[in-house]
Amino acid sequence: MARAPEPPPLSFTRQLERLEEIVRLLEGGGQNLDLDDALKLFEEGVERLRAARDRLTAAEAQVKQVLADQTGRLKLDDFDG
Amino acid sequence: MGPSLDLFAALSPEGAWTVGQLTRRARAVVEAGFAPLWVRGEVSGFKAWQSGHWYFALRDRTAQIRCVMFQKDNRRLPAPPDDGMQVFVFGRPTVWEEKGEFRLTVVDLLSTAAGGLWQLAFEKAKAALAKDGLLDPARRRSLPAYPRRIAVVTSPDGAALRDIIAVTTRRWPLTELLVIPTRVQGEGAEGEICAALGLACRLEGLDVVIIGRGGGSREDLWTFNHERVARAVAALPVPVISAVGHETDVTLCDLVADVRAATPSAAAEAATPDRADVLVALDHLGARLARGLATRSGRVTESFNRMLDRLTGTLERRLERHRHELAGLAGRLDALSPLKVLERGYALARDEQGRVLKRVVQFPQGLSFRLRVTDGEVAARVDGRAEGGGPKS
Repeated sequence: MARAPEPPPLSFTRQLERLEEIVRLLEGGGQNLDLDDALKLFEEGVERLRAARDRLTAAEAQVKQVLADQTGRLKLDDFDG
Repeated sequence: MGPSLDLFAALSPEGAWTVGQLTRRARAVVEAGFAPLWVRGEVSGFKAWQSGHWYFALRDRTAQIRCVMFQKDNRRLPAPPDDGMQVFVFGRPTVWEEKGEFRLTVVDLLSTAAGGLWQLAFEKAKAALAKDGLLDPARRRSLPAYPRRIAVVTSPDGAALRDIIAVTTRRWPLTELLVIPTRVQGEGAEGEICAALGLACRLEGLDVVIIGRGGGSREDLWTFNHERVARAVAALPVPVISAVGHETDVTLCDLVADVRAATPSAAAEAATPDRADVLVALDHLGARLARGLATRSGRVTESFNRMLDRLTGTLERRLERHRHELAGLAGRLDALSPLKVLERGYALARDEQGRVLKRVVQFPQGLSFRLRVTDGEVAARVDGRAEGGGPKS
């Protein structure tokens, strides 16, 4: 049976998880972190924060309608409700 | 029962009626003699035919009457009655000519049990679901924090869908709302809902399903009390939020869902985080990130200071050693002092100007000079020829 197209490649969850991990490392989780690595992590964290915030403010929820054709294939159409 | 039928003529064999004539006449008499009425009794010998019609007897201690309830009437009921059940039926007494049988054509049926037939059917389905473990609270899954895809199984033109769309788009824009339209009430609606739930099962990357409808009468909600619908909800591979029943009227669909919401709007709220809250959480993370780095670099400064301390310590110890060495040297210098030599019996001759006189030539006749010995000075004078003498110094 055919499946619907892939979902959009967003993973806010994964992004947040990585952020939390970075914060924990900087807060003392990573004992062997030298200043250079700490700075790199910090920069990655700042970049991810910015990206997450941008996504939240720019995104708009999509509303679609699920349809199945005669062969049972799923199709997503714009929903005009 | 045409006008040709003559009761008096039938009093003799010559005027005998046919069976058909008699039963037709009996039917006419019975139907004319009774208006439709309520009858109460116990169900016995219940049988549902392929055609959908129900056949059973209603009886009490002294008598019984055959009953039929046609499919067009019984399909409004949630479930057939069980044998032995005390019921009220509303129907029309008649005679079934083919069998010469006195019977009741039932158009409505109520159970005398608490809640009636609806409640009984509900309890029966609920017991079946419980037996399969589908009502176990441990089955309930928690909802994903940041859903990417939410499927909504509901009527496409109801207020429920409008509310869900409005709340979801306002709260959580990082999501796709997939509407799977279905009828939610009326005959055959349960089949449509099951099909819609089947579609949801095939959606890739789905995080959560909302199944719902706006308020309705108890009969309107009945679709969601079908065991079939409840099992289809339980079979979904992702968490389900049910927004079907009322505060007072829980449906089976609500019972098998992972989360029950009071309204479709509440279901959408349960399914999504609030964008504003997440932005605040991001700010907190940002603050922790900055603090983390500051602490981290503070710690580096600290260890640098410790290293510096150790270094200065070493230097001081080294200086101390040097000081000792100096003292030793001073001792050795002292040993070499001329005064120490004098102690051993030597004398030092110096002229009046304090110049040391080391050679014979420095001692002319009559020179006054001074002799330094270990404990003082002695005045002296040259009064004879000096001996020896070498090249001028």
